Amino acid sequence: MLRHALGRLLGVLPTLLMLITVAFFLMRVAPGGPFDSEKALPPEIEANLNAKYHLDESLAQQYFRYLGQIAVLDFGPSFQYKDWTVNELIAQGFPVSLTVGLLAMTLAFGVGTLLGITAALRQNTGVDYSLMGLAMLGISIPNFVIAPLLILLLAVYAGWLPAGGWDGGFASMVLPVVTLSLPVTAYVARLTRGSMIEVLNSNFIRTARAKGLPEIVVIRRHALKPALLPVISFMGPATAGMISGSVVIERIFSIPGLGSYFVQGALNRDYTLVMGVVVFYGVLIIILNFIVDLIYAWLNPKIRYDEKR
Amino acid sequence: MIALRQIGPVTTCVLLLTACGNEDPERLFAASDKHPRPVDLVLTEEGRPDPLVLAEQQVLHRDNGEEPQTLDPHLAEGVPSSHILRDLYEGLTAEAPNGRLIPGAAVRWNISRDGKTYTFYLRRDARWSNGDPVTAEDFVYGFRRSASPATASNYAQVLLPIANAAEVLSGQLPLDQLGVLALEEFTLQISMKDPTPYFLGLLTHSSTYPVHRSSVMQHGSTFTRPGKLVSNGAYLLKDWVVGSHIELLKNDNYWDAENVIIKQVFYYPHTDQSSASKQFRAGKLQWTSEVPHNQFEWLQQHYPDELVISPWMGSYFFGFNLQREPFIESPELRLALAMALDRELLTEKVTQFGERPSYTLVPPDIADYVSPRPEWADWTQQERNAEARSLYAVAGYSDEDPLRIEIRYNTGENNKKMALAVASLWKQVLGVQATLVNEEFKVFLQNREQKVLTQVFRAGWISDYADPYSFLQLFRTGHGRNDYGYSNPLYDTMLDQISSERIPSRRRRLMEEAERVLMEDMPLVPVYTYVTKRLVDQRLKGWDSNVMDHHYSKNMYMLKTYTSASDTTPTQEAGE
Repeated sequence: MLRHALGRLLGVLPTLLMLITVAFFLMRVAPGGPFDSEKALPPEIEANLNAKYHLDESLAQQYFRYLGQIAVLDFGPSFQYKDWTVNELIAQGFPVSLTVGLLAMTLAFGVGTLLGITAALRQNTGVDYSLMGLAMLGISIPNFVIAPLLILLLAVYAGWLPAGGWDGGFASMVLPVVTLSLPVTAYVARLTRGSMIEVLNSNFIRTARAKGLPEIVVIRRHALKPALLPVISFMGPATAGMISGSVVIERIFSIPGLGSYFVQGALNRDYTLVMGVVVFYGVLIIILNFIVDLIYAWLNPKIRYDEKR
Repeated sequence: MIALRQIGPVTTCVLLLTACGNEDPERLFAASDKHPRPVDLVLTEEGRPDPLVLAEQQVLHRDNGEEPQTLDPHLAEGVPSSHILRDLYEGLTAEAPNGRLIPGAAVRWNISRDGKTYTFYLRRDARWSNGDPVTAEDFVYGFRRSASPATASNYAQVLLPIANAAEVLSGQLPLDQLGVLALEEFTLQISMKDPTPYFLGLLTHSSTYPVHRSSVMQHGSTFTRPGKLVSNGAYLLKDWVVGSHIELLKNDNYWDAENVIIKQVFYYPHTDQSSASKQFRAGKLQWTSEVPHNQFEWLQQHYPDELVISPWMGSYFFGFNLQREPFIESPELRLALAMALDRELLTEKVTQFGERPSYTLVPPDIADYVSPRPEWADWTQQERNAEARSLYAVAGYSDEDPLRIEIRYNTGENNKKMALAVASLWKQVLGVQATLVNEEFKVFLQNREQKVLTQVFRAGWISDYADPYSFLQLFRTGHGRNDYGYSNPLYDTMLDQISSERIPSRRRRLMEEAERVLMEDMPLVPVYTYVTKRLVDQRLKGWDSNVMDHHYSKNMYMLKTYTSASDTTPTQEAGE
């Protein structure tokens, strides 16, 4: 198990290098530069700017300079937000995205699996149909429709919750977390229902029932673990996506998270910011996939690695 | 809860006995619920608001559109930064609420007869937020830092009229050769390269602000952080959470602190305009930077008193690439295209927010300047269309052989609607077959600059100072943003004359003549002049609309709402 884990971790390095290289050159291939605007820069000013940010060096020089920086975990200064380094921006934005993402994830998995199991147990009844109908709605209605609706109803008209902004308090988290979790909840519910039905029809459940175990024990002891496997493998990338921040949610609710840096950075050709976020996001996905692998192995004995027979 | 809240507006109706009956309940609820009507403004003899009418809480929540790029005055370039910097710092000159230039850190100044030497006499009572006096040396340090190649300011062009500024910027001359000198502790002299009549206006720009030398030395690039930033304006930086808010507190060391009423200002970077307007409706903001473009009618109906629209120092137009067919040698075609646009229709139906149709490059509202309007600007649209059709035929196009062009614009809802409308007007009037090309902003800018792909493209200019030269110089041969490929030696000569002319009336005539030459060559099609549009809480007073859209928080104050003031009789608010 330990060897496997170490091997996996080492395998991460070439992946990361590849990611950095591709992102670095893709960014530079994009037309325009960080200092282009509708205002013209006098040549002497442009020269000063390029010198300050090392854009006057050759691309290869810039690339190796960047690799050198990354090696010591220094993402450099942001071109767009000049008073901050990319490290500081990530350090400020990530805790917010993490909080919202984890809460939304917990909500989505808690509610989603519960709904999914309920629907599976009442398969082909009114309960099942209405739950799955709702889930379908949740998947198909995009965030940018739900969010303004919720703001209008709960914040502007009722005045129960803030219409946006972030003070770290519970009230300011409710709407973004709920909005962010809705589509995932719906997806998890459908996923759980499908796999639960499959598991409930398998032989070992029939055996368990034949032994005369009460239904609740059959579900809890025998059916739940295998039924959750597909949900767990969905959880890795989904969590990464949610804790790295959602642009839509952040813009609509004015939350200072990581998500908008990626889009803003790319639009502004803020090379260092985009690179920093890409690398950070890459590492995050790799770590989360790794954790999912471990959970998977724990849940499913068939794929445990260290079992010596 | 709801029923209780409605008591306010209902009583208003009874007391006012105006046409309340016609108002639908939603309007009452929406406009008056979270934004109760303020008491009448009562001014004291000095023209200050009577303390009796002021709200207890003098806290202002301003939406600022975007996260400011920086709070370093010498690196700042965007609108969001400059709003905050105007509160934090004070330049040599400042502006009254209506935009009129007034003394700032300099209490008065002399300008030499040739217009090339400015002597500023600084306030002796001006203090930094840490209590240090603001001296001429601070300004010298600020100007030098702003012009230093090491600072790499991308807005240092504001300094270019100063003697030796270009040489200092390019590193050919040392910093101390910049034409800014401290004659005495509180006397500052600035020598100019050319007489620059708008120079006093430029001095409100953040590139010319002083910075506190010892704190910049001590903290380096982090001197703009809360707790470290030492400022000389009416406010000091309390807190800054990127993407969330910036909090300013009143600077008690400011020389005019006793007249600063707003004690605390919050700036929020709401990139999403509809979320900003919802926050305004929920009562969390008193000032938005914009309003959602597609909600004019709704806002006008529900927030008529809060919706504030006023002219802005900017022009929206379309450019022709004169280095590519079909526009290389085609004055008739360009004129035909310019005439065929029904600007009244475009501003009324497409932009909708009271933008004014324009026929010239320079927007109105610049004092002492009247753009030379082309003759056809006073024709009816039918006459223009008829003339456009005959010019189109002269240029060699017809229904069988129509003009085929691309209209290029950068991503944006308004740009898209405008390009669509322009294409359909050209098709309707002339039969032009136009294709729309939408590009991401930086790609668009690069294509414009390279002048290889572009034919007709969206363009615009919002000026930092109220002077026609700012617009006219865009068309100089070799100007970095002359994406039109326009080059007219006569026009360039006129621009040189304008920059060295020191007699205002002669300079004005030169500028008018230059604009006439430009509009005859027609490298652009003017469409409209920009407006600013925002929602402002009715209780917030002390500000005024101005074409530069500069609004200092130190001039503002919040009025009481009249439900909480028993000593004033509610009367109807006079129209803004």
